[in-house]
Amino acid sequence: MNTNDRGTVKVENGRYRFEGKFHYGYPNEPIRNEDGELMGVTNPRDLTHVHMYGGEAPFFEGLGQGKLLGTRCDNSNCEANGSIFIPFRIHCPDCLSKNTIVDMTETAQKGATVHTFMITERTGAFNTLPKPIRFVNVEFEGVPTILMGYLSVGEPKIGMKVIPIFNTTNPTFTILDLSWVPEEANETDLPEGYTFG
Amino acid sequence: MIKFSKRQLKTPKMQRPVYLVTGGMSKFGRSIPEKRTEELVIDAFVEAAEFIDKSPAELKEYIHSCYYGHFADHFGDQLLGESVIHDRLGLDPLGNVGIKTGGATGGSTLWEAFKAVASGYSDCVLAMGWERMDEVPTDEGNNYIASAADKDWETPLGHIYTGYYAVMAQKYWQVFGKKEDSFRQTMAEIAVKNRGYARMNPHAQGPMDITVDDVINSPVVAYPLRALDCCLMSVGAACAILCDEKTANELTDNPLEIHVAAGSHTLRVADRRDMEIPLLPNESPDQYKDLGDRFPGGDRYPGFTGFLAARMAAYYGYRMAGVIDPTEDFDLVELHDAFTISDIQTYEDIGIRPYGEGRTYVESGDCYLTNPKTGEPGKLPSNLSGGLIGNMHAVGATGIMQTIEVGQHIWGRWAEMHEDQSKWDLFGRSKPDDWTNLQVDGAKRGLAISHAGVGSHVTATILVHPDHQLERTES
Repeated sequence: MNTNDRGTVKVENGRYRFEGKFHYGYPNEPIRNEDGELMGVTNPRDLTHVHMYGGEAPFFEGLGQGKLLGTRCDNSNCEANGSIFIPFRIHCPDCLSKNTIVDMTETAQKGATVHTFMITERTGAFNTLPKPIRFVNVEFEGVPTILMGYLSVGEPKIGMKVIPIFNTTNPTFTILDLSWVPEEANETDLPEGYTFG
Repeated sequence: MIKFSKRQLKTPKMQRPVYLVTGGMSKFGRSIPEKRTEELVIDAFVEAAEFIDKSPAELKEYIHSCYYGHFADHFGDQLLGESVIHDRLGLDPLGNVGIKTGGATGGSTLWEAFKAVASGYSDCVLAMGWERMDEVPTDEGNNYIASAADKDWETPLGHIYTGYYAVMAQKYWQVFGKKEDSFRQTMAEIAVKNRGYARMNPHAQGPMDITVDDVINSPVVAYPLRALDCCLMSVGAACAILCDEKTANELTDNPLEIHVAAGSHTLRVADRRDMEIPLLPNESPDQYKDLGDRFPGGDRYPGFTGFLAARMAAYYGYRMAGVIDPTEDFDLVELHDAFTISDIQTYEDIGIRPYGEGRTYVESGDCYLTNPKTGEPGKLPSNLSGGLIGNMHAVGATGIMQTIEVGQHIWGRWAEMHEDQSKWDLFGRSKPDDWTNLQVDGAKRGLAISHAGVGSHVTATILVHPDHQLERTES
């Protein structure tokens, strides 16, 4: 089936504008056992979901621009006042006031450390990362949370210093646009399309 | 630093005691193509009715409301699957509700059922859980499971949930396991034990007679986790009937008091913030002052090494039931051994061992029915069902299966439910020639831990024989 007319969406005047096709149907096929008896049917389909980033949109836009954005609670009456959150949190988890967006790119470039990691050859359907995948969970100075991401160059180790790289050439506008490399990595080591920001 | 208010830490106080009357299970398997989910659920219900010498119709007459645990709608490709089950069980027009808390769905279903009876809303309730994970290929199944992680921040990273947990395993392995071969061996012993106990269970999907070397030489999934360190992906159903005291005594001569408590923690491990360790009744305030000295890198709590949700479920649950020391006060436990290393982490979260010393529960032999070191009964046998590694992890049913298994020991009916040749035949499984009765002699109290993923939800279900209640503490 031709899926070249797959749908696109815009938001205009606060409403979705859908264009093209968002689902494709296929005939069912019977499932039989070795004796030819009917056991069930396949239910094939192909569909596209729409998902809004809401208040997190600046974070995902920022990655393609080579920026790592976090947020900070600036409510002076909150015990978490001054706490910086990466992952980016729209609201403070304690007082629920709206956090202030802060650019953490420089902090990450100077003081990011691998808290833990894992390496696996196994992935689920729809994975686009090259295998083996090397997850790294990265700590930043002065940040109480530990961001999960993936290492694009070298072998991970607890305590290793890493720096962020960004898919600035052809961004996907997903978390995959952010990756990590050892601090000594050169521009030539980076995967295609990625830069230091 | 997170802090809790006194109100948040209050010991739950129920309006009246609640009892487990009976429970039943279907066969568990990686795939059961010959049966619809509804048929598996009915198998579980019929076993529960027969356990107390009732017909299904007789038991249904007592039920007033229903609690259905089914985690992954997308696996079954059926929204409101609970309503399908409710109809096929012939329980309309009773009120019913679906419960979903990831891997803890079974435990959470019991939690809701428990509260319905404790509040007086219902005198008798059905808690039924199931899962159907065989109707997509494994890689698509992995993607579905990964969609229980944060869809923007985690799922695109490999679409593999095991990886999101494996980073925690790596940290625990390096900090508390110190990357020692002996620790790796201890992890493997858990896999050998649980798969071995599963051999005695006709319901079990993954019985294996293996060695520590088999585990250590099995393929790497995400180092240090290997294939035989990991739990099963299953199809099956389990149910429990909970009642108030009067109704319980009408249905059976031997109901067990049940307490259920729950805790939670961030869905993304990334969001965890530091806090002081909430202490269980058998711990002291100074106990963990030097934890970071003894285990460099281990001073961050809960960090990536502790399951705060498990700690909180035990925190509430132990106080509800009067438990001081789980090793002394329980006769057996069923733990959520999703991975061998998470099993060890949980020993610490629920106070079987202090933080940092979980491995000694296995190395001492306390976790076995018969301690291999002494030949004497183990102090606190764990996962005699085979657990998630050897028996099953049909997510919505798991916490209920664990509770029924504990109950069968306290009822003294474990052998009756696992030995009968007709059940092995019914499930198409071969009973081993060396089948062994795993009944814990004189079991009076037990615990089941139901746990979701990287620790977002955990429940603690405590069963107590009414003649052996513990003194409750107030707080």
